Amino acid sequence: MTDKQVDEETGVETTGHVWDGIEELNNPLPRWWLWTLYATIVWAIGYTIAYPAWPMISGATSGLLGYSTRAEVSADITAHEAKNAGLVAELVAAEMTEISPQDDLHRYAVARGGSVFRAQCSQCHGQGAAGAKGYPNLLDNDWLWGGDQEAIAYSIRHGIRNETDFDARYSEMPAYGEMFSEAEIGAVVEYVVGLSSAEHDAALAAEGAPLFADNCAACHGDAGLGNREMGAPNLADAVWLYGGDRETLTETVTYARYGVMPAWGQRLSEEDVRAVAIYVHSLGGGE
Amino acid sequence: MTQAPLYAPREPIFPRRVSGAFRRLKWWIMGVTLAIYYLTPWIRWDRGPNLPDQAVLVDLANRRFYFFWIEIWPHEFYFVAGLLIMAGLGLFLFTSALGRVWCGYTCPQTVWTDLFILVERWIEGDRNARVRLHRAKWDFHKWRLRVSKWVVWLTISLATGGAWVFYFTDAPALAADLVRLTAHPVAYITIAVLTLTTFVFGGFMREQVCIYMCPWPRIQAAMMDPDTITVAYREWRGEPRGKGNVRKRDRAAAEKAEREAQAAGEGQQVRYKATPYPSMPLQVGGAPKLTAEINEHGDCIDCMACVNVCPMGIDIRDGQQMECITCALCIDACDDVMDKIGKPRGLIDYMALSDEAAERAGGVPKSIWRHIFRPRTLLYTALWAALGAGLVYALFIRSDIELTVSAVRNPTYVMQSDGSIRNIYDVRLRNKLGEDRVFHLSLSSDDLLRIEVQGADGTLDVNVPADSTTLQRVYVTARPQDPAATRANTDLRIWVEDKGTGDRASRTTTFNGKESE
Repeated sequence: MTDKQVDEETGVETTGHVWDGIEELNNPLPRWWLWTLYATIVWAIGYTIAYPAWPMISGATSGLLGYSTRAEVSADITAHEAKNAGLVAELVAAEMTEISPQDDLHRYAVARGGSVFRAQCSQCHGQGAAGAKGYPNLLDNDWLWGGDQEAIAYSIRHGIRNETDFDARYSEMPAYGEMFSEAEIGAVVEYVVGLSSAEHDAALAAEGAPLFADNCAACHGDAGLGNREMGAPNLADAVWLYGGDRETLTETVTYARYGVMPAWGQRLSEEDVRAVAIYVHSLGGGE
Repeated sequence: MTQAPLYAPREPIFPRRVSGAFRRLKWWIMGVTLAIYYLTPWIRWDRGPNLPDQAVLVDLANRRFYFFWIEIWPHEFYFVAGLLIMAGLGLFLFTSALGRVWCGYTCPQTVWTDLFILVERWIEGDRNARVRLHRAKWDFHKWRLRVSKWVVWLTISLATGGAWVFYFTDAPALAADLVRLTAHPVAYITIAVLTLTTFVFGGFMREQVCIYMCPWPRIQAAMMDPDTITVAYREWRGEPRGKGNVRKRDRAAAEKAEREAQAAGEGQQVRYKATPYPSMPLQVGGAPKLTAEINEHGDCIDCMACVNVCPMGIDIRDGQQMECITCALCIDACDDVMDKIGKPRGLIDYMALSDEAAERAGGVPKSIWRHIFRPRTLLYTALWAALGAGLVYALFIRSDIELTVSAVRNPTYVMQSDGSIRNIYDVRLRNKLGEDRVFHLSLSSDDLLRIEVQGADGTLDVNVPADSTTLQRVYVTARPQDPAATRANTDLRIWVEDKGTGDRASRTTTFNGKESE
């Protein structure tokens, strides 16, 4: 082996490769390193046989072990549901108003209801359940149809003013634009503003008072405090579904409002409906 | 020309037994570190009925780390981060002062390899016997020795892997489960993996782990400088090296030359000046050496003792090498030889590289303290100490009662039907004691604000179970006529008080009024 070349500076053998006068030193890797590399290759081949790996025209090879992340998730979900089966049964059977907030059942219902709410309800009512114009704020203590767990669950189960559920909550305010003159509407609006605000035109409101008593009080009550039997909102408080300024009120009186909500009982399980009811009730406004 | 091989087989290394000061130090360090490793999980520490009684426990399932009287929660992970930074700075400090002292004395790879070599020597004999056995045929004798060695190695490996899992769960209970084969598969798998790695790394890979697998040698080597104390060979003193017969032959000629020189009236010279390393006593034994002999031959008699004892299989006389873990066994070996031939110790020695150059030029080396105490190491020490003091301070100001307040900002506020304004806060209450506690919530602010606890029927007391946290939703309300209801922001402070002990803690937050929109 006389043709071995040795670098003078370092005393290390060279590979004999020279580029522009720069020689490549040969500090050989350990043999076991090479075997490790081969071992990883063998492992990789075994892995692609054992596990889903090779892409085919439709799908991929399924692997000898039959492993699937989807199946694993679904098994996890099944196991999780089996673990919670007792709580679910309790939830379906429970008298919702009787569940103490310190109960595990309450905690479970709030957690479950919260995730259903964020998936199904937040599109209209908002992630934080603060609602929007026309979509009630569920955090406050003002309720159109009642704010205890049972009333909330009924609203969720059957929905509002929808055609698909015979038991849906239904309120229908007439569009007074067809019956009242503009001046009359202005007077009624001023009267309604006066119910909750000191800053109003008392004379004009007085003109509206008889109109209110004849046309509106049947549902909204003599003092405008509303009627939950009919879903008539309280007009004397600070909370407005569409807005409490004169312009919005004029629009509301002229054309009326017909907000709708789906009957979630047709889409969600009973335990989900109840969980959402308990969740909404727990947000701060529940009665 | 033929292509040089790209891969080289491992050259087997048969370190010879050595005795000396550093070997003794290494035995001690091995004993202490292994004892700490194996025994720590078995130390008990009473924390009361609801908490584990293991002194050191990494409870991953319950997200707690127990270290004697200290209990770390996940939100206090900065302690762990701080300790890791301290470990990093400590490594900088020790490496800049003493080179790869971690590698040489305390690295588990070094300690376990040392232990495995001890077993090897005990079963198969010292270096020469092992070399013979290595070359021998695989007969009954060789099989018997090898199998006994492997069995002992495997036992140690099993104990090593076994000890590891005890840090993560109650040790006595797990030990019983392991024996009854009822422990969690994770425990068995962990033990199996660690047993295998210990067996392979300590028994067969040894220096290969340091050279090819470990990043520390590169990092540590980059942190050394000319002032760093490291294991080195005094080339000026040792070279030219020569074995006894070479010396004998040259000696006659040298003595002749010396006699002639003395006859010519030239005085004797003693070349040894001072020991460059104070802890290694200079031994000038025997009769004064003849100048000519010293000048002709260095002190190195090329006995290969330093090479034969080296667990890394290198020759320290070749200079600083990436493979050297500075275990100092070559110092012991060489000192032993120097004693025997009546030369001063320290031919191979702990020394700074700048000293080697200074001595070669005939100068006096700097004192060891001036090597160790220099701006760089002082800075590392200061940073390390400051961080440590900070962590200790943080540890002492921790309270057993803690809260965090996160304001719910979707929506920013809620208008109630009577026109009052409500803000919602999620208060996380932490009870770090081993018993249930009742926390009383209250509020302080310059403005009129009212606090309510959700679902508490008007009380402001929240029960927090032992050693756990509770997330409690809290309402703060301003009446319509209060300024806070209208104003954009009002500062407030939420207080929590343990009614039993009177401990208090508080957090500030902001109340949003109508103008915040």
